[in-house]
Amino acid sequence: MEIGLAHYLTVAAIVFTLGVFGIFLNRKNVIIILMSVELILLAVNINLVSFSVFLNDLVGQVFAMFILTVAAAEAAIGLAILVVYFRNRGTIAVDDINMMKG
Amino acid sequence: MIVQSLAFYLFAAILVASAVMVITARNPVHSVLFLILAFFNAAGLFVLIGAEFVAMILVIVYVGAVAVLFLFVVMMLDINFRELRVGTLQYLPIGITVGLVLLVELALVLGTWVIAPDLTTVVAAPTPTPDQVTNTHALGLLIYTRYVYLFQASGLILLIAMIGAIVLTLRSREGVRRQNISNQVSRRRDEVVAIRKVPTRGGV
Repeated sequence: MEIGLAHYLTVAAIVFTLGVFGIFLNRKNVIIILMSVELILLAVNINLVSFSVFLNDLVGQVFAMFILTVAAAEAAIGLAILVVYFRNRGTIAVDDINMMKG
Repeated sequence: MIVQSLAFYLFAAILVASAVMVITARNPVHSVLFLILAFFNAAGLFVLIGAEFVAMILVIVYVGAVAVLFLFVVMMLDINFRELRVGTLQYLPIGITVGLVLLVELALVLGTWVIAPDLTTVVAAPTPTPDQVTNTHALGLLIYTRYVYLFQASGLILLIAMIGAIVLTLRSREGVRRQNISNQVSRRRDEVVAIRKVPTRGGV
């Protein structure tokens, strides 16, 4: 059976849904939430690259690389914020992050 | 062709299974390791489709940098993860609802979409045939010419992220005594040594 664009889009859709589901499932654990965001970005990348290949247009892969850059920056900043938060509070439970409310 | 199909289904199945394990594993270290497995399999999918450069970048950036960052944070912070899992079932129904709604919407999109017939005529940057120019070479020709400003902008984003992470996590701790070499070298003899005449049986 020929593997077409629809196959790749299906895989990306499943991974995207799993990422969103993971955010709800681990609502207290910021680390898992960040990993779920990485999964969502991976699904977006799969979409971009597969469209790029099947439409014979290279720009999609260029944009996939830019998304990769942003994902790496986001992970670094997010984990830095997490480390600072843990240093101040001694926990990473998301429920307590309303302390900045004025 | 049959080998390609088998490889696709293998990579896709492992990708989905490891994504499930990322969000359900009890131990966050296992989650990170399953995330690495997911990224490896996505890279396999990319190689299968003919996008080698993005696949290798995915392995280098995600497995080499992001996943190791996650591992460091998970292992360095002393977190009681069992406590964090309390009340997970409370969020399960809404999570399943949102997930199902998303999946149904995506399935509707997947079931009905068509590529516009004139789309193949307005290709922004046609992919060269692989026997003339490799994927990496073609991407380089595109990134360093037409998208050079975006490329520089992504470099700036990385620089800002680096500075931001350093500024956020750097702290000067009180009460830590460090060696100060210039202070040591600039000490003079008459400041630190005093010669006293000690009388016999008198003491200082």
